[in-house]
Amino acid sequence: MSDQQSVIKCDSVYKIFGKNAEKMLQNANGKVVAEEFQKAGCVVGVNNASFEVNKGEMLVVMGLSGSGKSTLLRCISRLTDATAGNIYIEGEDLTSMSDKELIELRRNKMGMVFQSFALLPHKTVLENIAFPLQVKGNSTKDSIQRAKDMVDLVGLTGRENYFPRQLSGGQQQRVGIARSLAVEPDIWFLDEPFSALDPLIRKEMQDEFLRLQGVLNKTILFVTHDFDEALRLADRIAIMKDGIIEQLDTPANIVLNPATEYVRKFTEDVPREKVLKIKSVMEPVGDEKDFSDLRVSEDAIIETVAEAVLADPKSVPVLNANDDIVGVVHSSKVIHVLFGENSTLESNA
Amino acid sequence: MSFINYLSERPKLTQLGIVLIVFFILMSMTGLYHDLIVERHLFAKSVVKGEIQSSVGFAESMSMILNWQLPPQLVRIPELTFYHPVINTSATYVLIALLVTAGLLYKSFAESVNKSQWLRVNWFQIISKGFVGIIVGLLFIPTLYNWFFGEVTRSTFWEIPMMLQDFSQYLIFEFWQTPVYDPEIEDYEDYGRVRLFTRAIGATLLFLINLVRELLIGGFETVVSLANVFSDQSGWDWLNENKDKWYSSVPAIPWTVLTAGAFILGYKLQGVGLSILAGFGCIYLAVFGQWEPAMQTLSFVLVAAPVSVLFGVIWGVLAYKSRTVERVITPLLLVAQTFPHFAYLVPIIVFFGIGDHAGAVATIIFATPPMIRLTLLGLKRVSPEVLDAGRMSGCHNYQLMFKVLIPTARRDILIGVNQVIMQCLAMAVIASFIGAMGLGFNLLLALNQLRVGQALELGVCIVLIAVVLDKLSLAWANKQTDYFADLSFVERNKTALLFVAVFFAALLFAWFGNWMFADTAKGINYFYLIPHNKGITTEPFWQAGVDYMVSNWRADIKIFNKWLLVEVLMPMKASYLAMPAIATFVLTMGVGYIIGGIRSAIVVGSFMLFIALTPWWERALITMYMLTFAVIVSVFIGTIVGAICVQNKRATKFILLVCDTFQTFPSFIYLIPVIMLFGVTDTSVLIAVIVYAVIPPTRYTVEGLRNVPESLLDAADMSGATKLQRMFKIEFPLAFPHIMLGVNQCVVFALFMVIIGAFIGTEDLGQEIMQQLFSGGNIGSGLMLGFCVAFIGLAVDHLIQTWATKRRKLLGID
Repeated sequence: MSDQQSVIKCDSVYKIFGKNAEKMLQNANGKVVAEEFQKAGCVVGVNNASFEVNKGEMLVVMGLSGSGKSTLLRCISRLTDATAGNIYIEGEDLTSMSDKELIELRRNKMGMVFQSFALLPHKTVLENIAFPLQVKGNSTKDSIQRAKDMVDLVGLTGRENYFPRQLSGGQQQRVGIARSLAVEPDIWFLDEPFSALDPLIRKEMQDEFLRLQGVLNKTILFVTHDFDEALRLADRIAIMKDGIIEQLDTPANIVLNPATEYVRKFTEDVPREKVLKIKSVMEPVGDEKDFSDLRVSEDAIIETVAEAVLADPKSVPVLNANDDIVGVVHSSKVIHVLFGENSTLESNA
Repeated sequence: MSFINYLSERPKLTQLGIVLIVFFILMSMTGLYHDLIVERHLFAKSVVKGEIQSSVGFAESMSMILNWQLPPQLVRIPELTFYHPVINTSATYVLIALLVTAGLLYKSFAESVNKSQWLRVNWFQIISKGFVGIIVGLLFIPTLYNWFFGEVTRSTFWEIPMMLQDFSQYLIFEFWQTPVYDPEIEDYEDYGRVRLFTRAIGATLLFLINLVRELLIGGFETVVSLANVFSDQSGWDWLNENKDKWYSSVPAIPWTVLTAGAFILGYKLQGVGLSILAGFGCIYLAVFGQWEPAMQTLSFVLVAAPVSVLFGVIWGVLAYKSRTVERVITPLLLVAQTFPHFAYLVPIIVFFGIGDHAGAVATIIFATPPMIRLTLLGLKRVSPEVLDAGRMSGCHNYQLMFKVLIPTARRDILIGVNQVIMQCLAMAVIASFIGAMGLGFNLLLALNQLRVGQALELGVCIVLIAVVLDKLSLAWANKQTDYFADLSFVERNKTALLFVAVFFAALLFAWFGNWMFADTAKGINYFYLIPHNKGITTEPFWQAGVDYMVSNWRADIKIFNKWLLVEVLMPMKASYLAMPAIATFVLTMGVGYIIGGIRSAIVVGSFMLFIALTPWWERALITMYMLTFAVIVSVFIGTIVGAICVQNKRATKFILLVCDTFQTFPSFIYLIPVIMLFGVTDTSVLIAVIVYAVIPPTRYTVEGLRNVPESLLDAADMSGATKLQRMFKIEFPLAFPHIMLGVNQCVVFALFMVIIGAFIGTEDLGQEIMQQLFSGGNIGSGLMLGFCVAFIGLAVDHLIQTWATKRRKLLGID
């Protein structure tokens, strides 16, 4: 993907809390062992994180509490300063920016959504959404006008003059989302935005979020501790543990080929047919000519087409978005996905 | 053996037992000196006369102890001498001071990474440790040397007040002088810059107060005369020249205008409820003939309160921004909490003189600390995510503070504003001691004449002003803008226009009033101003009530009073005075150790040591005796009343309202009826103290019991507990830490009132402060006495807070 422009680029980023962290890091020569630092009273937040996020891509950083995922996000938004390493936002070095440049960057290019919503309690829905615009120096009239558009976008029309405390959790987070989008940022940070919500509302907000992303197509860094959420939303997932990125890959690859034992534990209970797309089990079109009449899309989730594919004795051709045949799917593969994990027979795969 | 087992399972109980046994052993060892120390002055007098030694040598002490007799220095800490670092500077001690400082700083310097930056980063540490070094090197070591070998003595602790007094005099009159032209003697004279500075502050405050005051009750003439402040006499000259012009005699605003304004403002800010409250508040003031003093008080509050709020927010923000400021300010705030008001007044008289401005300064000093504390608390409670949200919205520091942090911390800051307004009005009476005009001054007069009815009416005026100002400021802060309204000029400004209309209508009214009331008695224009003593009064009613009580209950009360004094109070006081100093230390430090370990013991011990080193130890014991009695009774009554009231929702609401009202009511008022019934005795003081100090335990009991989680109560019910079992096994244990905070507040309130009790006549620390105040004021004594009182409060505060924090952690409450 080198032809695509990377919007966020992290280059061996470290974040270590505690006194003398910098000195210890210099002595460690890039080889950070958490236990050693702990003995010296330091806590390793992020340990040698390097990755890129491309334009319009959604990277979900997933990890349990204390894994450093939020710290990583805070480093990239520079709410905290990274101890070492470089972070580039659209090619510009974030770590060396002055306060003034940073404020400019945040005012125009970044938006962030917080776990506990972080709305200003003394401002109404409308004023909260208009806040980043007013801070920027826009006139009240323009800000309010724009804020009204955002209220419509997130579906809160009619509640403009409510105070945050008068709204439900889901509605509050809609305000948070609207506020983060008010300045039309290119980069969108979401720090566990749906964790504080009830499961049903969470599902609804995820759908809403996917809808918004379909319209807006932002570059997104999304932090969550919920593996299912990560699978549902992500283009790529980075799984973190103790500050280290254990694996960074597409959801399908993570489920199919967990890189470490830790990642495997997450993937174990994931119903693959609900996650994997046909694309991940299709094979290149071989010599065979005897296709089924059935056609499936490469982006279809396996579960939704499994019955039809299995009912068909022949191989089923797979189409891409332009209706070209890009591969075939065999029922044996689908069976493996559906039942492979639970088979008591010795697998020879 | 089972008893031993029982004790070994309860180490704290054993420790307490040991402390108590040692305490009583020491109590029984006063022997020779017992009769002397029970009479307050006698011990010190005998020492001065040379009848007894203030301390004896080591060998003799040991033999005295073996004969079951405490040596005198353990009975009463003698007038200890210490090395006077200013007068006698010896190179050895300076060297010791430097070495100690260097030793304290060495570790920090050795461990720092960036040696060149070290000085800049650690300046506070350097100053604080340098201070410790100076104390150790120049005070402790030479003092110890002196106690053992007796050579370098220059001063005693009893002389510290005089030293402070000299220092303040030097600061005011001689330090950093500058020549100032004095028109009286037509020559330049040297003035201390400090005095010029305090005078300038005083003059500014006075100008502001007068400006507001004259607008409200003085009129154009006096407003113009204020120009005097800026240039000599020009205001009067200008007035004289323009005497016959119409504008030279424009009167002040009639009361009707202000009342109508209050109605409108209340409506505009919140609605009908507030409008009625504000409006009828004003009508009450006017109808009861208290308009003039009320406006004097108001003008005073309108200047002092905003200044206090401003200072409070500024220092709160600074403390939030800088850890150093916070560390310096925190102990000061703690002391300010328990420092008696009267003790503030002494230095203020010296630096600022007497008058409205001095009263304003006292009020500002008194009202600012709670504002600082609440601002800091509020800012600290802002969730870090909101702070991050502000940053990510692209706020720079200024926007972050004023658009995100302060508004989000608004709740606490508004509580602070409420506190400031309440404190300002509470100070209205106390400030009148040093010349502030208004309701407080009249109240003091009424008290001196024992006119209960009038004092009560004045008290209600003060409460009304407090409540109305508080609600108005709250409503103003909560006001929101409506962005959808697209209104015409008239609609947008209808309130302002209405006010203008009402203004002229009221003026017209007042003008008509000139004729309407012209032929009635004395030609008072009731539409312009109802003068003092010309309004309605309910005084005869109250007076009759008091007379009835005095004539019908007096005999019974006298019997009760006599019993209380003879059987309870006097023995209690005697036993407090009979405590040898060492026993007091064992008891307080022992309890400190049991509650908070060695650290608490040292903290409490040093507070006690400070008091014991002053000449007022016996007075402090009397304060402590009154405090103990009042607190025990208040807590007893408060918890029972609270526990009963919390059973019923309506009773709960009612009792909280009663608490609020009693708290704002000027505490002085409680004094009159009790004096009439109980005469000038300790009983009067204690009853007044209890009436005031019972508020916090009641309130905290109600809150504590109400906040016990519902699920626990259900669990108790489902376990088959009876109502009483539930109360004593579940509700009280869980509410106990909160109730203890109520006890803590009770101690602060009681201490405050015990000191005010000096007004009736006590012989404790308060009386001494009172004397300092009326005898013109020795700053040193005033401050030291203030600290004595504050340290009693702080010692109790420390113990209760430590205990409550531990207990809450144990119970897992917040």
